[in-house]
Amino acid sequence: MLHNKSFVKKTKAGKVMKQVREHYLRDDIYCGAPFCTACDTSAARLSPSASTILVVDTNVVLHQIDLLENPAIDNVVVLSIVLEEVKNKNMSVYNRIRAICSNSMRKFFVFSNEYHRDTYIKEMSGETKNDRNDRAIRVAAQWYQKHLGGAVKVLLITNDKENKRKATEEGIHAETVESYVKSLDQTALLDLLVRPSSEDVNMEEVEDLRPSKRKIIYNEHKPMSEITSGLHRGIYHQGKLRVNRFNPFEAYVGSESIGDEIIIYGRSNMNRAFDGDIVAVELLPQDQWQEEKSLAIACEEDEDEDDGVHLAPNSADDAPRTVPQQGSTGEVNTAPSRPSGRVVGIIKRNWHSYCGSLDPMPLPAGSGGVAHALFVSKDRRIPKIRIQTRQLENLLDKRIIVAVDSWDRQSRYPSGHYVRTIGEIGDRDTESEVVLIENDINSRPFSSQVLACLPPLPWSVSPEDLSNPIRQDLRGLCVFSVDPPGCKDIDDALHCTSLPNGNFEVGVHIADVTNFVHPGTPLDEEASQRGTSVYLVERRIDMLPKPLTEDICSLRSDVERLAFSVIWEMTPEADIVSTRFTKSIIKSSAALSYVEAQARMDDSRLMDPITTNLRNMNSLAKKMRLRRIQRGALTLASAEVKFQIDTETHDPLDIGMYQIREANQMVEEFMLAANVSVAEQILKSFPLCSLLRRHPTPTREMLEPLLRTAAAVGLHLDVSSSKALADSLDHAVGDDPYFNKLIRILATRCMTQAVYFSSGDLTPPEYHHYGLAAPLYTHFTSPIRRYADVIVHRLLAASLEISKLPPVFQDRLQLTSISDNLNYRHRNAQMAGRASVELHTLIYFRNRPTDTEARVVKIRSNGFFVFVPKYGIEGPIYLTQKGEKGSGEWYVDEEQQKIKKMDGSISYSILQTVQIHMEVVEPQPNRSKLQLTLI
Amino acid sequence: MEFVSPEGLRLDGRRPMEMRQIRAEIGAVSRADGSAIFEMGNTKVVAAVYGPREVQNRSQQMSDQALIRCEYSMANFSTGDRKRKPKGDRRSTEISLVIRQTMEACIMTNLMPRSQIDIYVQVLQADGGTRSACINAATLALADAGIPMRDLVTSCSAGYLNSTPLLDLNYVEDSAGGPDVTVGILPKLDKVTLLQMDSKLPIDILENVVQLATEGCKAVANYIREILLENTKQLEYRRGV
Repeated sequence: MLHNKSFVKKTKAGKVMKQVREHYLRDDIYCGAPFCTACDTSAARLSPSASTILVVDTNVVLHQIDLLENPAIDNVVVLSIVLEEVKNKNMSVYNRIRAICSNSMRKFFVFSNEYHRDTYIKEMSGETKNDRNDRAIRVAAQWYQKHLGGAVKVLLITNDKENKRKATEEGIHAETVESYVKSLDQTALLDLLVRPSSEDVNMEEVEDLRPSKRKIIYNEHKPMSEITSGLHRGIYHQGKLRVNRFNPFEAYVGSESIGDEIIIYGRSNMNRAFDGDIVAVELLPQDQWQEEKSLAIACEEDEDEDDGVHLAPNSADDAPRTVPQQGSTGEVNTAPSRPSGRVVGIIKRNWHSYCGSLDPMPLPAGSGGVAHALFVSKDRRIPKIRIQTRQLENLLDKRIIVAVDSWDRQSRYPSGHYVRTIGEIGDRDTESEVVLIENDINSRPFSSQVLACLPPLPWSVSPEDLSNPIRQDLRGLCVFSVDPPGCKDIDDALHCTSLPNGNFEVGVHIADVTNFVHPGTPLDEEASQRGTSVYLVERRIDMLPKPLTEDICSLRSDVERLAFSVIWEMTPEADIVSTRFTKSIIKSSAALSYVEAQARMDDSRLMDPITTNLRNMNSLAKKMRLRRIQRGALTLASAEVKFQIDTETHDPLDIGMYQIREANQMVEEFMLAANVSVAEQILKSFPLCSLLRRHPTPTREMLEPLLRTAAAVGLHLDVSSSKALADSLDHAVGDDPYFNKLIRILATRCMTQAVYFSSGDLTPPEYHHYGLAAPLYTHFTSPIRRYADVIVHRLLAASLEISKLPPVFQDRLQLTSISDNLNYRHRNAQMAGRASVELHTLIYFRNRPTDTEARVVKIRSNGFFVFVPKYGIEGPIYLTQKGEKGSGEWYVDEEQQKIKKMDGSISYSILQTVQIHMEVVEPQPNRSKLQLTLI
Repeated sequence: MEFVSPEGLRLDGRRPMEMRQIRAEIGAVSRADGSAIFEMGNTKVVAAVYGPREVQNRSQQMSDQALIRCEYSMANFSTGDRKRKPKGDRRSTEISLVIRQTMEACIMTNLMPRSQIDIYVQVLQADGGTRSACINAATLALADAGIPMRDLVTSCSAGYLNSTPLLDLNYVEDSAGGPDVTVGILPKLDKVTLLQMDSKLPIDILENVVQLATEGCKAVANYIREILLENTKQLEYRRGV
């Protein structure tokens, strides 16, 4: 069965070396056709009634992956040589083709031709690697034909002309993708095809027949060899291009070689690079470093993209980038210190598919033919994409997904192809779907393998759990939970009893999710991938299947549940005397809402045990909170809004600020304390592999916008430490009650978000959590909805020697990638939540034009941004109409943060209150947006 | 990196439980009292045994048992880059010691007091698993020299990559940095004489990997026994029996 064929390989990192690797050829690799008489058919994947078997070439997999993902294409044999070539060229396509191959619904079979006795071929002398691989594909196709005899037709699909010619010569049926898809007679499939570049020229001509107009728009990308040598010599700089979310004509490249960010202005300097691409940048001469362009709200060039109304940002990550001003921007034109540059080459593309809609356009006269359309992505950082479609009338008012294929120098926009339709524009379900897709959130139902990991329902605490020595029986305690109204996934509960010595025993009980989610199971993998539950306005996308979140793990009232408890002994002054952790069994006596808990505490007539405990806890919490604030924890504010949703139509009925009560703060305080105690415990046991959460100290540059705003209204903020900032925020009291909150909101916005990390990756001083002024912090209290907490539960259990540490924790790289994924998912979940609120705000105002009060938060040269406290939204107000930019009627006083009319009659200054009118307008059909105007 | 494809094939086309092709030849060095060449895939090792003979260094002589000495070296041409390796570096000292201890466990040293046995092993070509190949070659050479042994010692390695236990790692798999367990057994007595591991493994997986390596050792033992029988038949034939 073993055949030994050594072959020779050369080259290795600069040096030429002869490498000898063994290559075993086998006779136990089967063809995958269930009707085959010669092979073992137990692992066969192709359909038993297949009339044609497709063998795909590498270029087909690389470029037509969207087509292959369509269920209409089936009975495909993917050769291992093809997979290998794809893997070397494009990892993301490789992952996609692998996913198709492992999907049991699809009839894709991987044939390891390189290891098969009859299909392995040796490189002939003078043959290039590519030619050899093409030959290998042909040999494999031929083998299939011979092996299966006349039972089926074996068709080689290739877009390589040479390969097709040779195949036909050798007597193999070969076709191009286009002709094969045409033969299937499904027009929708044709849209999925990527045009070969030779047709690009034609397309260009169709659009503009005058040859004079076909000019070269972009500079040529430098060849890779030149880029490498340029990077070596330090004339080029490598980095990831990040496009400004709020101005797609401005991008940043963080470069390690310069140690600063390079700004790139305009599409021509960006030179066809997309957001997320790894690019090589050349610095422009210093006299071309441009002055602040971000001062204008609207954009340059011919595209009239506009800033829509958005939710007020909650942190620096969400907010538009503002470049710190250097010195006074008076008449003296000081040289800007930010280097700007242009892209000379793209090292790695970050192309994937994008969600959006087609630019509205009239239907072409002869409908049914091929139409060219421009696709506008919902993500403003992405340029318009040119696509061809045969179903234009169907797509015009739809949200669609489009993938990018190429971008050549002559076309202003990249070209791509249609992938699939999501639904009608403006439809709530479609738009929610778009929000999910854009944020890469998996909302598919859980697979059967995942559901198989769940314990059988109805579940109840078993006698084994009760007799388990590691599990303490705390059913006798008066435990209760306090959550938002209607909360079904209750993952925390509390108790508080007074001890004979005058101290209190306070316990935080967290749902014992890790008792049901075991490492390495499909359930665990799925949860680890999802990372967090996502809360949209009208629905929730769970991290764990519903039976776990709402029943088995949820600490509902009057049922016995398993928990992981943190129990402190505290003095009446809220000093922690001792801490202990234990797995436990609890029986919650009440599931209260914040409102109920607050009402109980406020009602002085009530003297029942729960109420007394609540009051005790509240007084402890107040002391803990005070102490935390004295340490320098920031009380930040965000403009969270809450919708009242119609239960039947799911339309928003009312919208208002989220109210924070004492009860919320009380629960929050104990959760913080539990997280801190757990963080200390796990770090003590596992100094190198604990999952913690840190909040980086904001740099002075980040706080610059806040300081400028504060200075303009005559307020001095001390930002030297979190304590100083907290104090000066406390003293920032203006003439109106909302002033302090507004300043806090602006401060929150300047900071980045806290992130998860593995303790082995950073040094202990970096573990610091700035916002909470805590040296250590982690997430322990919500394992039902956050995967980070699941990991922390496992760490804590292992540190208490209740269970073994799963092997993942021994692999530092894997741990880092888990925490990166958690950060990514966490951030996406937040973005999705915000996008969903934005969407519902739009729906809410559709039939309700409203006048309201707003505050100016940012001054621009042609208008200003206002923040509407009541609805938590922020948007631009234009003083000059678009198109008459720079008419000189208004000028900006940078020092005082004011925009004034030239004659001095009207001026608007920062934080000023203005009356505005909010209305949903539809400048183009199906493209409604919220518009703000001054009254 | 993907060391095992979803189709269940390793980089060189083997399945996870398969060994490389093994080949052995007895009597490669005619001056020696016993010698053998042992190949596991592209790993090729030559072993030569001298003795039992008079102890060279009188102070080392033992009155109740034989002195076993072992020297391991790698030929300069055994790897791709021809670097001159200083003799007696840490790695070869360690492997020399490992081989000596393993062989000592099966040689009936008490039958040959006041004598010494020298085992020289040299790697002619290295492609992972040299340690195992050296032990297997040494066993054959000892048997060829007619030195009394309790049992044959055979060795094989196994690793754990991509959550799959893999038998007999080659160089590429070995340099992945994953766990690499080398096991040496006395197949007839069913005893383990050598157990080494690089990197770390959870205990329950270790058991599986050790089990796999033991299976490999047994397969090597069967092959070695066949080779020895074949060799004996040849000898008989030459004698004209």
